[in-house]
Amino acid sequence: MNDQNKNFEYFTCPIPLSKNKEVSIGHGSGGSLTKSLIDSVFLKYFSNPILDQGNDFADITPEESLNNFRIVTSTDAHVVSPIFFPGGDIGRLAVAGTVNDISMSGGIPKFLTASFIIEEGFPIKQLEKIAESMKTCTEEAQVVIVAGDTKVVQKGKADRIFISTAGVGFVPEGIRINGASARPGDSVIISGTIGDHGIAVLAARNELGFSTTITSDVAPLNHLVQTAIEAAPNIHVLRDPTRGGVATTLNEIALQSNVTIVLDESQLPIHKQVQGACDILGFDPLYVANEGKVILIVPQQEERALLNALRQHPLGKEAIKIGQVEKSTNNPFVLMTTIIGGTRIVDVLTGEMLPRIC
Amino acid sequence: MTINDKYRNRELVQRTIQEIKDTVTQKWHIMEICGGQTHAFMQYGLNDLLPEEIELIHGPGCPVCVTSLELLDKAIAIASHKDVIFTSYGDMLRVPGSEKDLFSVRASGGDVRVVYSPIEALKIARDNPEKQVVFFGIGFETTAPANAISVIKASEQGLDNYSMLVSHVRVPPAMHAILSSPMNKVQGFLAAGHVCAVMGFKEYETISEKYKVPITVTGFEPLDLLLGILQTIRMLENGQFQVKNAYPRAVKYEGNIQAQAIISKAFSECDRQWRGIGIIPMSGWKLRSEFQAFDAEIRFNVDHIQTKESEICISGLVLQGQKKPFECPAFRNICTPQNPLGATMVSSEGACAAYYRYGKQLNE
Repeated sequence: MNDQNKNFEYFTCPIPLSKNKEVSIGHGSGGSLTKSLIDSVFLKYFSNPILDQGNDFADITPEESLNNFRIVTSTDAHVVSPIFFPGGDIGRLAVAGTVNDISMSGGIPKFLTASFIIEEGFPIKQLEKIAESMKTCTEEAQVVIVAGDTKVVQKGKADRIFISTAGVGFVPEGIRINGASARPGDSVIISGTIGDHGIAVLAARNELGFSTTITSDVAPLNHLVQTAIEAAPNIHVLRDPTRGGVATTLNEIALQSNVTIVLDESQLPIHKQVQGACDILGFDPLYVANEGKVILIVPQQEERALLNALRQHPLGKEAIKIGQVEKSTNNPFVLMTTIIGGTRIVDVLTGEMLPRIC
Repeated sequence: MTINDKYRNRELVQRTIQEIKDTVTQKWHIMEICGGQTHAFMQYGLNDLLPEEIELIHGPGCPVCVTSLELLDKAIAIASHKDVIFTSYGDMLRVPGSEKDLFSVRASGGDVRVVYSPIEALKIARDNPEKQVVFFGIGFETTAPANAISVIKASEQGLDNYSMLVSHVRVPPAMHAILSSPMNKVQGFLAAGHVCAVMGFKEYETISEKYKVPITVTGFEPLDLLLGILQTIRMLENGQFQVKNAYPRAVKYEGNIQAQAIISKAFSECDRQWRGIGIIPMSGWKLRSEFQAFDAEIRFNVDHIQTKESEICISGLVLQGQKKPFECPAFRNICTPQNPLGATMVSSEGACAAYYRYGKQLNE
């Protein structure tokens, strides 16, 4: 192609079309197109007194004094494909992801920020659907989005849409929950079935080769966590077993706390369809991602009260004890008593989870 | 209740273990051929439950482990072509060649895709006529029929942009190689159920008679494996050597005749290099001459790639149960799961990889 042609290629009418159906490079320019996108999509769904001020920053100083609350923050980027899947979408995932990370401190998430990286040509209708789903999730979690940013990249430079969220939460006095606090004798509890999210996403990618009715469990867990803390004030560890699944999460905790953890395979809550899909594909549900489950490690004397409380909550109906912390050690690992009574090591996931051939 | 629940039933399993304990009177070395069975033994912790007299030797039946370094290097060279879409079963992607693995080809811009069957690869070839689509045809007799069909279909449909890098291996020649070794310790075999579902087990009768070893066709669920062991032990204790079928819900004596016909239409027998073991005569399948146009080794002219296996690695001896992983000078220092020298460290079910992981616990 010669230079003359090239010049024409870059020549566009400076007056933008008013009824865009797709996100264009101009929507990320910072000019009037950006403003129209913000007004018509983001403010429409995220509007709140702090965001509406229209500043480059958000002032989130709490009105009442902090007393002895501690402040926690977390950030999480979301690149899931496909962006819409049974049970959720990238928007719900982006809000719940950060809400859940903050909740694992025992804290109460309050404020979120959201950055969008959008590929040129992305349908505005879909963007709106995602924003609406984020709004629904923030309402469920009772958090507000106080700042945001939008960038548009050329076609092919991103896969449709990436969303990065960050959040701030407050941890009440006296709560010191972290991954290094698991102690011998503690009970290991999970709030419900494992592997649903990972299998739902695989199914939505049409990678299973058969259909399932599994839906992702993606949900904000902050209310469930508060219910748990009220029932069992001495919870030692909270963690959501997302990427890498329950196996990887428990290994991390074992390592941080210098303990061995022993699981009871017969107690693992696994949806029949998830187990079936895993059997066929050669996956282990222990390594499949969850987005709406929490692992709780508590002193044994609080186990009963905790399970009762969790089971009253819609997100914790199938809560169950899946194992216990055995002993302190310099050589931490996770073991499992298998369904037939054998024992095996449950290792961390190395790299990507792959289907086995043999 | 799914069909598998019955074969994972704790009481039935415990009862069968008791029966094995009641039957066994002396030490026996039994080899499970198939990597899938090794995996199941590990996954369910069956090893701990068996009586000490039974020593399991993990056989060379994982196609991922035994694919030669040279063929991996060829795969990596082909996948690095800019007009190639390289398709493979998932667990082949992280097996290291002499310098890198297929994952790193993808990371540096290569189009490497995981597929569940070569039929998916055919569809990719149809959808991308401007690209060369290559399928990494690995596996034992189990994956052979589907791989054969893909080439037959490509030929019928004139899909000139499809080809296969063939690394097929066959079980019986490997059993011959193990049993004819002067240092052989294997006294009985669990034959791989899914291989026999395709091929039947007539061929195993010759092996059983020639080497006087009992062979039991065995499935993959915990109860299947224990029933396989029980039948093998009964034969050993009674001095019998026969081929028995402990997996009749999937395996018939004659196998799947239709599948066998498809295999012989596309493939003929050839010598094959096994990683960590060496060349086993007539232990592989290659594309028949009429399908040579679909042979990726020829199409991409990778014959000049010749890779030598590590000289210190003793995985061949480990696979035959003659050495333990920790007896290897490379074990744990130069050879690790992240940087494996031989077959048995490559796969997480390989004996060396298992010892590497369990070692952490044993050190305590």
